[in-house]
Amino acid sequence: MHPSNTAKSIVLAGVLAIGAGAASAAELNIYTTREPGLIQPLLDSFKASTGITVNTVFMKDGLAERVASEGESSPADILMAVDAGNLVDLVDKGVTQPVESAVLTESIPETLRDPKGNWFALSMRARVLYAAKDLNLASFNYEDLADPKWKGKICIRSGQHPYNTALFASYLAHYDAAETEKWLAAVKGNLARKAGGGDRDGAKDILGGICDIAIANSYYVGLMRSGKGGEDQVKWGEAIKVVLPTFKNGGTQVNISGAAVAKHAPNKAEAVKLLEYLVSDEAQKIYAEANFEYPVKAGAKADPIIASFGELKIDSTPLTEVVSHRKEASELVDKVGFDN
Amino acid sequence: MDARLTTPLTTNRRHSRSGSGWIVSAAIIAVLVLLPVFALALQAIQGSAGLWSHLLVTTLPTALADTLILLCGVGLLVAILGTGAAWLVTAYDFPGRRILEWALILPLAVPTYIIAYAYLDILHPIGVVQGAIRWLFGYSSPREFRLPDIRNMTGCIILLGFVLYPYVYIPTRALFLMQSSSLIEAARTLGVSRRHIFWRVALPLARPAIAVGVSLALMEALNDIGASEFLGIRTLTVSIYTTWITRADLPGASQIALSLLFIVVALVAMERWARREQRYSISAQRSRISEPLKVTSRQGLIFFCIGSIPVLIGFVFPAIYLATEAWRRFQFAGLSPRFLIEAANTVVFAFTATIVTVGLGVLLAYVARLRPGPASAWFFRLATIGYAAPGTVIAIGVLILLAGLDQFINRNAIAWFGVSTGLLFMGSGAALIYAYATRFLAISAGGMDAGLTRIPLSFDHASRTLGQSASGTFRHVHLPLSKAALTAAALLVFVDCVKELPATLLLRPLNFETFATHLYGEAARGTYEEASIAALAIVVIGILPVILLSKIGRRA
Repeated sequence: MHPSNTAKSIVLAGVLAIGAGAASAAELNIYTTREPGLIQPLLDSFKASTGITVNTVFMKDGLAERVASEGESSPADILMAVDAGNLVDLVDKGVTQPVESAVLTESIPETLRDPKGNWFALSMRARVLYAAKDLNLASFNYEDLADPKWKGKICIRSGQHPYNTALFASYLAHYDAAETEKWLAAVKGNLARKAGGGDRDGAKDILGGICDIAIANSYYVGLMRSGKGGEDQVKWGEAIKVVLPTFKNGGTQVNISGAAVAKHAPNKAEAVKLLEYLVSDEAQKIYAEANFEYPVKAGAKADPIIASFGELKIDSTPLTEVVSHRKEASELVDKVGFDN
Repeated sequence: MDARLTTPLTTNRRHSRSGSGWIVSAAIIAVLVLLPVFALALQAIQGSAGLWSHLLVTTLPTALADTLILLCGVGLLVAILGTGAAWLVTAYDFPGRRILEWALILPLAVPTYIIAYAYLDILHPIGVVQGAIRWLFGYSSPREFRLPDIRNMTGCIILLGFVLYPYVYIPTRALFLMQSSSLIEAARTLGVSRRHIFWRVALPLARPAIAVGVSLALMEALNDIGASEFLGIRTLTVSIYTTWITRADLPGASQIALSLLFIVVALVAMERWARREQRYSISAQRSRISEPLKVTSRQGLIFFCIGSIPVLIGFVFPAIYLATEAWRRFQFAGLSPRFLIEAANTVVFAFTATIVTVGLGVLLAYVARLRPGPASAWFFRLATIGYAAPGTVIAIGVLILLAGLDQFINRNAIAWFGVSTGLLFMGSGAALIYAYATRFLAISAGGMDAGLTRIPLSFDHASRTLGQSASGTFRHVHLPLSKAALTAAALLVFVDCVKELPATLLLRPLNFETFATHLYGEAARGTYEEASIAALAIVVIGILPVILLSKIGRRA
């Protein structure tokens, strides 16, 4: 009896100490697979206007697993991720909750958010073509990547990277599996080097003479050319020109970064407040400037470097449909030995 | 009178109790390590429809072949580099030998993902090396002339080999140093040349150390995900990630991970079986350290140059690259105020984890010696299984386990006291220490085991006959004799904790950054130059223990 009481009081003391620490002023906890440096300016200005302190933990993989394992005890309020597939995974794992907010539904186009309000896109990026400066290319179709004239001239990162599986999944939304497989095998046959590295390596390798064209994300061009990545990257960025490719019967493939409110969010009201702030004109402007992403809000302007690519014609396939082809796309990548 | 009667009695009782206590404690450690694996197995049996038929047809043949080629290549390279370098600096005396002795350990401070990135940049067609070559031969653009790309299997094997060979060099050199000079002198008396002594005496005697070192290096190679990603190599580890991340199939990923674990355990078991009949001990007499052979100054210069190659490739070139990049960044943006906090986080957590890991490792290795038999051998093997699993996989196991426990405690705290405890393990970073210990126990236990193996059992018998208890024998006999091996193991663990990335990313508390996570964040953002300061810091932290190690090695 006595020792158990002692144990209880020790535990209680500990509990109180922890509880006291947690129950301070308004706070908000974000689990994110986006690098915190990217959103830090946004969080700082959010704190300045609301007084709400935002804590972050940045995770590479396993965000969904961590929130799910922590269950009801999880301190997470907001879950942030890039790639629509990752956001859908969060919903499938049951770690999100639907949010009703007129501000969010009015600011974000319908194709860029979950119909049930489980997740919302906050910014967009396009999967574009980097081409050597001396190439005469006014327009480009994703289908052209299979053209034998590009044999030994294409650079791309791993086919299993979410940016590429999303592109291939979009292809599956436009064509059937057999056609997509044929295309993918032909693209593989055109590669100048093993699929690998990052998107920026495409520009670097074009400068290095390894390849003529590369498939990569739009915002990297801004990061390189603006000098935010250092002087070397300016050279990489200047070595290429950017073409916004389209599907023959569609538009340019885009992916998103987005956020969801966690199912057991201790501070749901503040979480919604932050999401609403992130689609405000001010925040969308920071998104566009800090990371060269396309804003999701109609009327918000992209950074001049990004705007110089020309007008973005977004492919009309809903993101949820693209995501539904993701597994098949990933399996096709294995099947044609894209990364081998 | 009474006292004289009771003294032996109590001593006996204490002995018998501690006897079973040893085995039980080893069993507990094994269970603690196995729990995350078990949590993973629970995931795996949830099933994954059609995964294996897909894998068998598409990924597995290439992934298996690539993994095998990578492991064979890296294994061979680290064995040659590590053993060769160890023999060079222990058998011969030449100018610069003292410097090489510790400089050869330096590549240990460079994580595989950093070396891959550094060389990708250095050797790129627009990098310094090829730029210089073009300038020398008058080519104006890389489109006219460029060297073959390093992004292939050969490049990957060479880069991994040159940073991982210290895992072989450290224990092998320690063993060469401890090898009794009498054996070598006997061989020389019998007319055997230096070179033949290496092949016929030193090398066979060093086999346990080489085996431990190579297996550690191979598991590091197997664990690597960053370098493979940069260099485009598709190993089984990459398949695990693809299945988990791209296809959102954790059960499937767990199945591949467990299969991989099984293969590794089988390999380790085979290696142990192959040398089951052999015992390696120094003689009971205080052995003199064999004096290195003085060589001519020309030979000495050649030896120094040969010995410098691994240091240059594995450390100096990438370090110069990092330092230049870091300096440019520092001039551009200054030092982030977060730097000191990150430094403290990195060191404090690595240090705590090292103490825990080494303590457990010593216990495991000692039990295996004290109570030899199938039980202790099994506990030893099971407890060191964590090193073979990819870091993320272990991290997932730890996550499922500890977050579950956190929830259980929280629920009970609310039921008992009406107060929420939140996440005790996840929130405090205890989960991180647990993951580090699970991952790196193989290093400390393996290192201690190798150190203990060369202490003859007759020492134990003598000490026990003289009335020392098992723990007393450990303190007064084994610990002093295996101090070098133990320190080496501790330093390896520390450096590994500093470099560890996947588990740290997944299990850390809110607002908690180490150098490795900062580096990853910057690299993911593509602000590589900012990352270079953190990368340099990781390398520098890695160097400090290396210097310490060299001092201890010299004393031994």
